[in-house]
Amino acid sequence: MTQGYGPQTTDYRLIKMSRKLLLEHINVPGINTLEVYRQKGGYRAVEKALKTLTPEEIVEEVKKSGLRGRGGAGFPTGMKWSFLAKPEGVARYLVCNADESEPGTFKDRYLMTHIPHALIEGMIVASFALGAKVSYIYVRGEMMPQIRILEKAIAEAKAAGWLGKNILGTGYDLELYVQPGGGAYICGEETALLESLEGKRGNPRIKPPFPAIAGLYGCPTVVNNVESIAAVVPIINDGGDEYAKIGIGRSTGTKLISASGNLVKPGVYEIELGLPVEEFIYSDEYCGGIANGKRLKATVAGGSSVPVLPANLTLKYANGEPRLMSYESLSEGGFATGTMMGSGGFIAFDEDQCIVRNTWNFSRFYHHESCGQCSPCREGTGWMEKVLHKIEHGHGTMSDVDLLWDIQRKIEGNTICPLGDAAAWPVASAIRHFRDEFEWHIKEPVKSQSQNYGIANYAVPIEKAPVTEEK
Amino acid sequence: MLKVEEQTPVQLSSELLAKFDEVKSRYPEGKQKSALLPLLHLVQAEFLWVPTSAMDQVAAYLNIQPIEVYEVATFYTMYFLKPQGKYALEVCRTGPCCLVGAEKILDHLEAKLGVKEGEVTADGLFSFRGVECLAACGFGPVLQISPEYTFYENLTTESVDKLIEDLKNKS
Repeated sequence: MTQGYGPQTTDYRLIKMSRKLLLEHINVPGINTLEVYRQKGGYRAVEKALKTLTPEEIVEEVKKSGLRGRGGAGFPTGMKWSFLAKPEGVARYLVCNADESEPGTFKDRYLMTHIPHALIEGMIVASFALGAKVSYIYVRGEMMPQIRILEKAIAEAKAAGWLGKNILGTGYDLELYVQPGGGAYICGEETALLESLEGKRGNPRIKPPFPAIAGLYGCPTVVNNVESIAAVVPIINDGGDEYAKIGIGRSTGTKLISASGNLVKPGVYEIELGLPVEEFIYSDEYCGGIANGKRLKATVAGGSSVPVLPANLTLKYANGEPRLMSYESLSEGGFATGTMMGSGGFIAFDEDQCIVRNTWNFSRFYHHESCGQCSPCREGTGWMEKVLHKIEHGHGTMSDVDLLWDIQRKIEGNTICPLGDAAAWPVASAIRHFRDEFEWHIKEPVKSQSQNYGIANYAVPIEKAPVTEEK
Repeated sequence: MLKVEEQTPVQLSSELLAKFDEVKSRYPEGKQKSALLPLLHLVQAEFLWVPTSAMDQVAAYLNIQPIEVYEVATFYTMYFLKPQGKYALEVCRTGPCCLVGAEKILDHLEAKLGVKEGEVTADGLFSFRGVECLAACGFGPVLQISPEYTFYENLTTESVDKLIEDLKNKS
């Protein structure tokens, strides 16, 4: 523990030793090559899966593992696989979603840069389980260096017989291609991604039909995040039951957390789900505390789309119990006092950061990235950006805060895809928890241009903080 | 609306078309339109932007209507629809990078290069713009330089100065 907020009251019996499944060999020199990856036990999962398991058995192992989609939604991966339609004579596809664009999230870039073969190995096992003969890895276009890394790794794997015709003499054929995106956050939404992969604008499709029935080229398709696919490798190697023993409750396994913002050691960390948030922020094994000896003001725990929480609610529930890094614990208290796991993009704000400015920044992002298909999102995101710009720059009025609340309410739930919700939640949560900071900007239009509101009572231990009633 | 710049038509080289053939082979028969985004990247790598005449040739190559290419080229933010500097600097300006000083880097570039966002320096070497999250939030502020998309992390005003000087010397 370095600098904490208030008294240290965490029950350290909760803390378990961290286990690494995905990043175990991250520091081994040359792990990005097939040769070293093989020396460290790489491609064992392909051998085991193709030679000793049936596709149904693989799906069963993934179901047993309890693995939940690591891209943000947290839907059980094995369940998603089992929904895949299998009509006779129709091609099936596996598409890897490597469009990582959620602000605060950079774990997939990290994994693909350093251990590209982990993704390729997972793709081969998953493609075999789903009966796909051609699979695509859709990488956001900005990641050209990672695209080159993956293409090189695929060529290596193919030359060694792990891809192509009759893999390991089993009669299974697989071609794997990398597809670059064109720069659009919306293509991280799976149906927009499929549209983009078909060479079109990234407009999300109306569901149903879900991709499992009609996806790429109208054929049954599974779209999975990079980390989910890489996690299939340890699940096959050790068995689904073993994987399910790691973690806590329904949050099984390990999770890559991208830590950014005002931290001593930002970066990508593999944690066992269930790690206390306080431990993650302050322990030297992880982020090492808040940079420059400052205090924590707020966090966005799962990527820009999830609700922002003040420091006190980040570390503890409203009832004072410690909050853990797990799907359930992060969302404990609902949106009134909780947040979400999301994609694991953990952003920390120190006492000098301005919540109004950051909310404006995020709103500009969502306005910029709205595909324009649904009017609540197209118009609402731009409207919120303008109102927030006005408040941030000292021209706001008190009614603007209510107006913002009203706009976000009318976007949420009224759009084809979740981008509308993702744009609404940061605004709603900022007003919910930091309303006094918005009002200060309005009451002090001159002062707010030269100084920040500061930390106020956001870090006051939760049991002593005043209770705010949810509307 | 696609605002067409005054431009002399370009011709796609046979080397470029050979690359097109390789990309097109990745998709099933009849689904060649999937090649559109990668082909536009190849065009941009060649010309440093995507001229309309090149889009028309891509349309003809893929046997689709020109409008199908225009609508894609204007939807995605990576395709430059007008000429840029030889080095087009793209600085992330989204939340996490701003927490660690991205706005300062953008201001510094404007002062250093003497051009506004989106404009090209008189020597044709540089242009810059702010872009949304580049998925490197833990290493911010960051910028990338097209067409190779080389990546620079943990920027300071000093390291940006050095980068600009290095690029000038390289040219």
